Amino acid sequence: MTEDNKLTSKRMSRRRVLASAGVGALVAASPFRINLAMAQEPTIKVGFPVPLTGPYGTEAQDQVRAAEVAIAEFNESGGLNGRKAELLVRDDKLNPGEAATRTLELVEKEKVNLIVGSLSAAVQLAVNNVTKQRGIIFNSISQSDTINEASDFSKFTFHEALNPHMTAGAVGRYAFPKFGKKVAFLTADYAYGHEMVRGFQEAGKAFGIETVTDVRHPIGTTDFSALLPRIQALKPDILCISNFGRDQQIALKQATDFGMKKSMKIVAPILLYTGRVAAGAQAFDGVVGGTSYYWGIEDKVASAKAFNDRFRKMHGGKVPSDYGALGYGGVKTLLMGARAAGSLDAEKVIAAVEALKYDYYKGPQYYRKCDHQSVQSVFIIESKATPQKGDADVFNVISTDEPNEANLRTCEALGHKS
Amino acid sequence: MAGLSFDLIALQLFTGLALGAIYVLFAIGLSLIFGMLTVVNFAHGAFYMVGAYAGLFLVSMGGNFWICLVAVPLLIGTFGMIVERFLVRPLYGRGIDYPLLLTFGLSYIMIELIRIAFGTSGYPFDTPELLQGAVDIGVGYFPLYRLFVIGATAVVLIGLWLFLERTNFGLIIRAGARDPQIVRVLGVDVSRVWLIVFGIGTAIAGFAGLLAAPLQGVIPEMGATILAEAFVVTVVGGMGSIGGAVLAGLLVGVVVSMTSLFAPEMAKVSIFALMAIVLLVRPQGFFGRAGLMS
Repeated sequence: MTEDNKLTSKRMSRRRVLASAGVGALVAASPFRINLAMAQEPTIKVGFPVPLTGPYGTEAQDQVRAAEVAIAEFNESGGLNGRKAELLVRDDKLNPGEAATRTLELVEKEKVNLIVGSLSAAVQLAVNNVTKQRGIIFNSISQSDTINEASDFSKFTFHEALNPHMTAGAVGRYAFPKFGKKVAFLTADYAYGHEMVRGFQEAGKAFGIETVTDVRHPIGTTDFSALLPRIQALKPDILCISNFGRDQQIALKQATDFGMKKSMKIVAPILLYTGRVAAGAQAFDGVVGGTSYYWGIEDKVASAKAFNDRFRKMHGGKVPSDYGALGYGGVKTLLMGARAAGSLDAEKVIAAVEALKYDYYKGPQYYRKCDHQSVQSVFIIESKATPQKGDADVFNVISTDEPNEANLRTCEALGHKS
Repeated sequence: MAGLSFDLIALQLFTGLALGAIYVLFAIGLSLIFGMLTVVNFAHGAFYMVGAYAGLFLVSMGGNFWICLVAVPLLIGTFGMIVERFLVRPLYGRGIDYPLLLTFGLSYIMIELIRIAFGTSGYPFDTPELLQGAVDIGVGYFPLYRLFVIGATAVVLIGLWLFLERTNFGLIIRAGARDPQIVRVLGVDVSRVWLIVFGIGTAIAGFAGLLAAPLQGVIPEMGATILAEAFVVTVVGGMGSIGGAVLAGLLVGVVVSMTSLFAPEMAKVSIFALMAIVLLVRPQGFFGRAGLMS
């Protein structure tokens, strides 16, 4: 028997064991074999381009922390037949061109096996362009509707993050019947904002909402005061503020200063954990929004508890943020797919990831076959006026939009052949 | 356009003035330093940012906003004087681009040091309790704090005007700006004058940063955006002219505000459109002296 055959046969047996019994016992039982394998095979390289510098730096750094948790767990539980994974983090500077260059480098020079990352609608499309040409599996961990569409999608493309249609839809379905039908929008003028508004409006059709205005502002606006009096004069029931990062913090702060919360309900498609922590309770008080993850669900969701605990242990007691957790989910799903496939062969990994029914950190999830969109829950959260359990205790989960394909755009609408 | 009323336009005008107040405050420091020292201070945004962080630090140490209003300008002014004495002074007489490059590099160092000390993510800065909420100004509700910013700007302007126009030291400063050589011949230590001018300019920048902090929070990069806009203000007002900076600052605020009402997408561009128009008609700006840059 050659060395190769030996490894293959062990892989096969390992796969069966994995499927039935889990990994812990096996790792403990065969430390020698793992060492042997490690000596022979290179590590699994996971490329991770995220905007470490720039306005979304805080989120990106948390994504790296969470991805490190996924890598550590994978390696401790035996890797891929003993092959360990490593994370190669690159700064894409929130710039599509930079991201494409970094991704190409990761593919050509570092020979990465998988790519996970990106934190902007435009950047993820740039990364996706490179990976689909090169036949490298890419799991995007930021919001976009376009990436699901047939024109941008390829079989190598996965989308672990929520998309605007799901997020704004969930928030809209919660907010419109409760707070009223006259809706004003204050929107960051780029793909993210536009897609969120469309998501709100599509969800709003069923409730007969009326859009009184849609005010667009450029990214990086530091003063919204000039935009607010007009919105106030139109007397909407709801003000949907669809922007991100610091724009969101400043917009909420200034809307509060102008006393807008007295006459209307402010909702946001996504309420950012880091944003709320940075801006303080006052600005976010009473604002309702959606999120893919909030650490506080750990009381009810066992996988969230396990993930949070591991994250706390590795990162000095901190809890993961929403976008941070996506870094974990994005890396974990691909690695577990590779493990299930018993190989890094792209076709096999794709098939295995498509077949996953997973609950790694937020409850049950799976990738829809046609567009590889992760079907998952959306949490509706409200900011607390005063934290009760430490500084991290900032949101109440007031409703959960359960995973449901009906809340996604249909495969046909996205241009996929069914 | 639905919902457009006299009250709304009046309120919008007022919003523009409040917006302009911060521009004015930022730009007069810039203009003062340029007008007297012909130093284009690219670190002005960084001084503004450090002012906000100094306020944040003092508040976290148990101080309050009102103490900061006095302490922050003193701290930042002192810091500015140290910078002038040891970094800018050796470059006098070497052409306008030397101090420009120096302050440009200095701004990067200051931002990076703040990132190291306070982290890259921002901090909230609560509006002082006394100034929270909105008040009825006749045409609609307006945040009390923004009214305070307009008032504080007016106080600084009046103080600065009295200092320059009504004191002996102000007389020396103005003379020094016009002809440093003659002033030197008359036995005045011009380098001391410049030191103090730089100190005052940066103190006002720090004060502006502190005032801006409750409006938008505090981040290391907060000086960068306003620096670009403030240069527009100084160019429109006329390089080195304090009166020009005041007029142009308020005008820019009102133009941004009014554009926001009718075409919010255009608000950012409107600043530069204004600059282009003014420069076409008056290349030296409203009150600028021609040939100052040469």
